[in-house]
Amino acid sequence: MRSSVIIFPGSNCDRDMDVALKKFGFINQMVWHNDQSIPKSDLIVLPGGFSYGDYLRCGSIASKSKIIRSVIDFANSGGLVLGICNGFQILTETGLLNGILQQNKFLNFICSNVYVKVKDKQNKYFKDLKKDILELHIAHNEGNYFCSDDELKSLEDNSQIAVTYCGVDGKENEITNPNGAIKNIAGIFNKNKNVLGMMPHPERMIDKYLSGEDGSLFFKNILDNFK
Amino acid sequence: MEVTEAVAIDHGLKKEEFSKICELLKRTPNLTELAIFSAMWNEHCSYKSSRKHLKKMHTKGKQVIQGPGENAGVIDIGDDDAIVFKIESHNHPSFIEPYQGAATGVGGIMRDVFTMGARPIANLNSIHFGSPQHKKTRNLLRGVVKGIGGYGNCIGVPTIAGQTTFDESYNGNILVNAMTLGLVNKNKIFYSKAAGLDKPVIYVGSKTGRDGIHGASMASATFDDKIEEKKPTVQVGDPFTEKLLLEACLELMADNSIIAIQDMGAAGLTSSSVEMASKGNLGIELNLSEVPCREEKMTPYEIMLSESQERMLIVLEKGKEEHAKKIFDKWNLDFAVIGKTTNSKKIELIFDNKKVAEIPIDLLAENAPIYDRPWKKIKLPQKLKFDKDEFKSLKLSDCLKKILSNSNISDKKWIWDQYDHTVMGDTIQKPGGDAGVVRVHGTNKAVAASVDSSALYCFSHPLTGGKQIVCESYRNLISVGAKPVAITNCLNFGNPEKEKNMGEFVECVEGITEASKYLDFPVVSGNVSFYNETKDKGIKPTPTIGGVGLISDYQQMLTMDFKTEGNLVYVIGKTDGHLDQSIFARELLNEKKGPPPTVNLFNEKNIGETVLDLARKNLIVSCHDVSLGGILIAVSKMCIKGKKGIKINTLKGLTNKYEYFFGEDQARYIVEIPKASLKKVNDILTKYSVHFDELGTVNGQSIEYKDDINLPIEELADAHKYWLKKYMDS
Repeated sequence: MRSSVIIFPGSNCDRDMDVALKKFGFINQMVWHNDQSIPKSDLIVLPGGFSYGDYLRCGSIASKSKIIRSVIDFANSGGLVLGICNGFQILTETGLLNGILQQNKFLNFICSNVYVKVKDKQNKYFKDLKKDILELHIAHNEGNYFCSDDELKSLEDNSQIAVTYCGVDGKENEITNPNGAIKNIAGIFNKNKNVLGMMPHPERMIDKYLSGEDGSLFFKNILDNFK
Repeated sequence: MEVTEAVAIDHGLKKEEFSKICELLKRTPNLTELAIFSAMWNEHCSYKSSRKHLKKMHTKGKQVIQGPGENAGVIDIGDDDAIVFKIESHNHPSFIEPYQGAATGVGGIMRDVFTMGARPIANLNSIHFGSPQHKKTRNLLRGVVKGIGGYGNCIGVPTIAGQTTFDESYNGNILVNAMTLGLVNKNKIFYSKAAGLDKPVIYVGSKTGRDGIHGASMASATFDDKIEEKKPTVQVGDPFTEKLLLEACLELMADNSIIAIQDMGAAGLTSSSVEMASKGNLGIELNLSEVPCREEKMTPYEIMLSESQERMLIVLEKGKEEHAKKIFDKWNLDFAVIGKTTNSKKIELIFDNKKVAEIPIDLLAENAPIYDRPWKKIKLPQKLKFDKDEFKSLKLSDCLKKILSNSNISDKKWIWDQYDHTVMGDTIQKPGGDAGVVRVHGTNKAVAASVDSSALYCFSHPLTGGKQIVCESYRNLISVGAKPVAITNCLNFGNPEKEKNMGEFVECVEGITEASKYLDFPVVSGNVSFYNETKDKGIKPTPTIGGVGLISDYQQMLTMDFKTEGNLVYVIGKTDGHLDQSIFARELLNEKKGPPPTVNLFNEKNIGETVLDLARKNLIVSCHDVSLGGILIAVSKMCIKGKKGIKINTLKGLTNKYEYFFGEDQARYIVEIPKASLKKVNDILTKYSVHFDELGTVNGQSIEYKDDINLPIEELADAHKYWLKKYMDS
C-alpha cells in the first residue's frame, strides 16, 4: 500500500508518521507543501504539528496551500485521506470534514494517554478491528470538537462519528472527555468515510516501550483492509 | 548624544569600567561603541565575577568531545553518535513577563544546540517560584508553564523531565532554567570559531526589531520597584520561525558550506559577531544597512543591541552564497550577506556608507574586566539535638500524608501534562520518574537526563550542597539504569558584589567540582545567573545540575513503579537518620536550622556502581533513589506509580523510626528484587561491601508497617497527586 505524508512548514509529527507507516509495511513518501501534485498513493496523511505556525487559526493557512487542491481532488475521487491532530484541523478548514476544533475546555495544552471507542466499523479504517476500545495518545491545545446541531444530527444519522473519548470501560462522559468536545467526539469521517480526521496520535503508540501499542492495531488494520 | 560617564552608568557600566574603556580605546567611545562595550562587559556575557572560579571546574573526560566555551557541550555516546547539551537561565525576563520570558528561554537553548549541527531530541526545565501563598506565584507559574509548552510543543521536541520548587526566597525572583539535548554525528559538529579571510558573513532567520534591547544588561542587574518598566527589554518568541530555522540550518549543514555559526542570543548581533571573530583571531566588518529590519529607521545602536529571537550569524565558504540562499528561501527565512571576515582584528561597523564603530576585538573579549570579588566562607552549622520525645505525638501515617502533599514533594503532573512529552516517538520514560529517557532514534541506545537542585542544602552549607546536587543527579541517572556521563550547570545566585552571596557561589562551585571530579562526571557546559535579587533580598543559592547518562540497551531501562507482588524490597546504602534540613524537620517540627546531610563521595560512587551492576545483570526490576523526604516518601512513590502496596518489615536494631523513615541521608536507593535473583543480589552487595536493609515485600494495596501505618495506596495517591491541581484551581 502506497502512502504520502504531506509536510507543511511547522509540521512536527511528519517523521513519526513516516516511521510508523514504514514499520507496518506502507511504501511511504514525503511530499512538500509547495509541490503541485502528489505521487501515486492509496493513502494521504496530513500529520500533526503547527502548520504555518497555526497563525490566524489552526490549520487555516494550510487549507489554502498549493498542495491542498490535490488532496481535495484525491479525497473527492474516493482516496483515503487521514488527518491526525493538526491534520484533522486542516481537514475541517478545507471543508472536507464538518465542524471545527476549538481551544480545549480548560484552556491548557494536554499531553496524555486517552481511551477512545470505535463507533463505526463499516469503513476502510476500522473494518474488522479486533478491539472496540483503543488506548491512544493526545497532544493538543485545540482539540475541542464542535459543530452545529444540524451537522451533529447528520454525523450521527450517517454514522460519521469515528471515535469518541471514553474510559477504560468504554464509558463516555464528562470525566472521560479531556477537552470538552461535543459528544466526546475524538474523530469523524466525511460522508463517504474515506476521509478520517482524529485528534489522537496512533503513530505515538507503536511499540511497547512507548505509551502503548494500540496504534499498531490501527495501522495494521488499514493494511489488512486494503489487501 | 554625547557619551559621558553618566551615560555609561546608565548602560550598566561602572565608573572605573568607563575610564578603562576610554583608556584602552585612547578616546571616548561614541554611543554605538559604548553600547557594544556595555553588552560585552556586562556580567551575563563576560562572566567577570565568575570566570576566575569556573576555571577550576572539572571539564575533561574520556567521553567529552567539547567542554565549556562553545554554544553547548558535546559528549561521545559511541558509534559516531554524540549528544550536544546545555542548560541556561532565563530568570529575569520570566519574572517580568512569564510567558515570553520562559518561551524565549526554551527557544534560546534549543538554538544553542542546533547551532552545533544537532537535532534537538529532548527538553528539560528547572523552575522555581515563590511561596505558594505569595500573590504573584500562581500567575507566574501558569505563565511560565504555558510559555515553556507553547514554544517546545510547537517545535516538536519532547519535554521529558523537570523540577519545580517553591520557596519564599523566590518571591521577587523566580528561576527558569531550560535545558536541551541534541543528537549529532560526531564528525559533523559545527563550531563558532571563524576562519579564513574575506569570507562572507551571513545573517539568517527573523528580521531584527526593537525588542530585547538591553536584555543582557537587564539580566545583569538587581530588580527594584520599577521592574514593570523593563517589559520592553523582554524578547518575544516565534516558535514557528524557530522550527523553520532549525530545519533550514540542518539542511545547510548537510554539506560543507558553513565555516562557523553562532546564534544571536544575549546581546544579539554584538556578541555573536565578536565571539566568532575573537575565537578565530580575526576581524569582522559588518554593513548594518544590509541587516533585515522589522521596523523602519532602526539605528546602528538598536541593531547591535536588539535581542530579537530566531536569528543566526554564519561565516560561509566563499561561493556558497547562492546555494545557502536557496535553502533559506525554501523555508521562507531572511537571508542577507551583511559583512566579511577581515585581518584587522577589529569589529568595524558601516551604516549608510559611513563607518559608525571601530573597536579592537580583544578589548571586548580578552580584555573585558575580570573581578576577584571578596567572598565569605560559610561555616557548617551545628547539628541540632532533636527532642525525640516530641516526635511521639506525631503519627507516622499523618506525617507521611502531610509530606507527600508538600508543595515541593507533590506530583507535578499538572505541569508536565501541558508539555508534549511524546512527540518524536522515542520517549520511553516520561516526566515523573527519576530521569526522562529518550531512545537514540533507530538504535538500541537511550539517553537519560535529569535536572536537580537543592537550594535548602546549598543555603545551609554551600560546599556540601554543591557536592550533594551532583550526587543527586548521578543517582537519578543510575536509578533509570543509565551510566552517568556528564553534566551541565546553571548557577543561579544573588548579588556577587555582596560577600555572602559571592561566598555561596564560590563554595557551591567548589562542591560541584569536587564531586564531579570524584565521580568522573565532568561539566561540559553551563551558564551563570547572578543578581537574582529584588530590593536587597536575594534568592537562596540555587545551582541547577543537568545530568546526562547513557543506557546502551534501552530494554535495560529501569522505572520506579513496583512491578510484582511478592518481590523483595531493599534499601541499598546506610541510613543514619539525618533530620536536619529535612522536609520532616521543616514541615512537622518547623525547624529550619542545622547542616545538610553529609556527602560521602566514596560511598556515592561505590553504591552507584553496585546498583548499576545489578541493573546491567537484570537482577532488579525497579529502582528509585532516596532523596527529599526520606525512605517512606520514596517507597510511597514506588507504590503509587505501581499501584501496589508494601509490607514493611519490623526492622532490627532500629533506634528511632522517625529518623529512619524521614532522614535524608545520601547515597541510598530502593530496589525491587524478584525472589529468584535474591542470592545473586546478596552476593553482589557483599562483593562491593555495601550496606543494605531488607525493607519489606511488595504486597497488597496498602502500605503497612507494624501498627503504625496501614494506608491504602489510593489514599496516598490522593494526598500526593492533587495538591498542585487544587492550588492552581483555587
